[in-house]
Amino acid sequence: MRTYILRRLAVSVPILLGLTVVTFFFTELMPGDFVDGLMPTTAIANFSPEQLESMRENYGLNRPPHVRYLIWMRELAKGNMGRSLASGAPVRDEILARLPATLQLTASSLLFGIIFGVGLGIVSAVKQYSWIDQFLTLLGFFWISTPGFVFAIGGIFLFSLKLDLFPTSGIINYGEEATLLIRIHHMILPAVVLGLGSVASFMRYARSSLLDVIRQDYITVARAKGLAEKAILMGHALRNALIPLITIISLDIPFLIGGTVIIEHIFAWPGMGTYSLASIFARDYPVIMAVNFMVALVVLMSNLLADITYAFADPRIRYE
Amino acid sequence: MTVSNEQQKDRGSSAASAVDRTPTLQAPRNDSIQYRFWRRLTRHKLGMIGLGMLVILVIAAVFAPIVAGIDPVVMDLKMKNKPPSAEHILGTDAIGRDVWARLVYGARVSLSVGLVAVGIYTSIALVLGSISGYFGGPVDNIIMRFTDVIMCFPTFLLIITVAAVLPPNIFNIMVIIGIFGWPGMTRLIRSQFLSLRNQDFVIAAVATGVPPRRIIFRHILPNVVGPVVVAATLGLAGAILTESSLSFLGLGVQQPTPSWGQTLTTAIQLPILANMPWRWLPSALAIAFAVLSMNFFGDALRDAFDPRMNLD
Repeated sequence: MRTYILRRLAVSVPILLGLTVVTFFFTELMPGDFVDGLMPTTAIANFSPEQLESMRENYGLNRPPHVRYLIWMRELAKGNMGRSLASGAPVRDEILARLPATLQLTASSLLFGIIFGVGLGIVSAVKQYSWIDQFLTLLGFFWISTPGFVFAIGGIFLFSLKLDLFPTSGIINYGEEATLLIRIHHMILPAVVLGLGSVASFMRYARSSLLDVIRQDYITVARAKGLAEKAILMGHALRNALIPLITIISLDIPFLIGGTVIIEHIFAWPGMGTYSLASIFARDYPVIMAVNFMVALVVLMSNLLADITYAFADPRIRYE
Repeated sequence: MTVSNEQQKDRGSSAASAVDRTPTLQAPRNDSIQYRFWRRLTRHKLGMIGLGMLVILVIAAVFAPIVAGIDPVVMDLKMKNKPPSAEHILGTDAIGRDVWARLVYGARVSLSVGLVAVGIYTSIALVLGSISGYFGGPVDNIIMRFTDVIMCFPTFLLIITVAAVLPPNIFNIMVIIGIFGWPGMTRLIRSQFLSLRNQDFVIAAVATGVPPRRIIFRHILPNVVGPVVVAATLGLAGAILTESSLSFLGLGVQQPTPSWGQTLTTAIQLPILANMPWRWLPSALAIAFAVLSMNFFGDALRDAFDPRMNLD
């Protein structure tokens, strides 16, 4: 087990390096640089090319890209992600201020997705070809086929405007004390909307995985020796059927993060999604770089965690 | 099925005449792989519903001027925000344009962006996946590690980053979605190549000195078509979702060209959301309709290609 984990970690190191290279040069390809972003275009017109050149020299922008990449790496290792062009504040502080709100939202969505997806998937598999199975399959199709923002708009329309059950936006009521209950009340709608796609995909995988397991010989043996269906399901089938879901859940995380961009925008959720969208619109490159890198890092870590968890859950998985 | 067919044939022929016909191992004509595929596909209920929906969409997109009846960009400021009526069956928007016409023309945008984007990334994936899967070794390693790296970035985040920088028009949207879609498809094609690479017919081709190019194009690629078509159909659904999300954020197709996602942008204003459902509901349903049709059909294709699925 230890060698497996060590090898898995070793494989991640070049990928981590790749992430930094892609983040840096992806941003490098974008038009304009820090100096262009410092002031409005009308103001730039007042500077002579020589002045602009000396400013670039000041910021070290005249150095070749690979040197700047190494400098960026050195600072990144120290936890310095530069300053936002829009606010002038350190990007790291701005990210740390917004991270909790996003983690709250995505973690709730994921939890919602896992509980409902797996639960409905089991129901679907146990009652294969029944009306409830067919209904859930159809529902799953609707959930993966409808973009999050459509659900968000529909959800606000129905639950906030017509039924008045949930607030339309924000994380707390403005000017009121933020109790846990108020936070949860604000979070239900965005978290459910964000998680619906995950519910659908987990449901489909849980269903097909459980059906695969149920066809195996050892389940037939369990039936033959007279075990109750419930005991077979709980004691024999589920454990093996749910292991592959670890991978599916980790593969879902990039989509969840991509989804937060739009969902946070619609619900005015003060998290990383809103932040990254604002920085993208403002072409705030230091922020875009930092956010892209952080997000990719989270995905890398979750993949790593999923693989290691998988190895613990399924002893057959080993590096040969 | 096969057995009973043959039995019936035997019985029929022996009863009909005493013509001396030695029984051969001839397969019944109606049981070719292609025939079985079509039969499985046409028997897939959801798949056929999806195909029907897709046909409606294509008709709407191709014959948009006839189906719409009204020019989608013509403004009528005296007819702002009117609810559905005989003249405007889905009402009008903030500057008096016909919602139905914009909906119909939106199908053109969605379908063309989807097709071109998926075409672009399928081409990229075919090249990278074939090379990676066929040649293996260091080339494979480099391509796959690069794929791993790109797959760590949520595609949508990269797409909106580039979309915000490039001028937002329909061609750029096609290219941007196309450029970031390849990693999943590349992995799929590579894995297909890996499993086909060591099959006897490929080894035989290598042994008889067929050049790699010809092996890839003539021997392996035809066997990869099935999974790629399935992935491309489902990818079409994904590309349309992405386009609508981009347009929703204002990074996609720009006015006056109509797009479903763009129409929904206005629904974020609560008075419109609450009081003018005709301005956003049709587009919301249209996106779901289009994506659903492709997911239905793609799923049916997958089942039809999969010999393990019992559909007969």
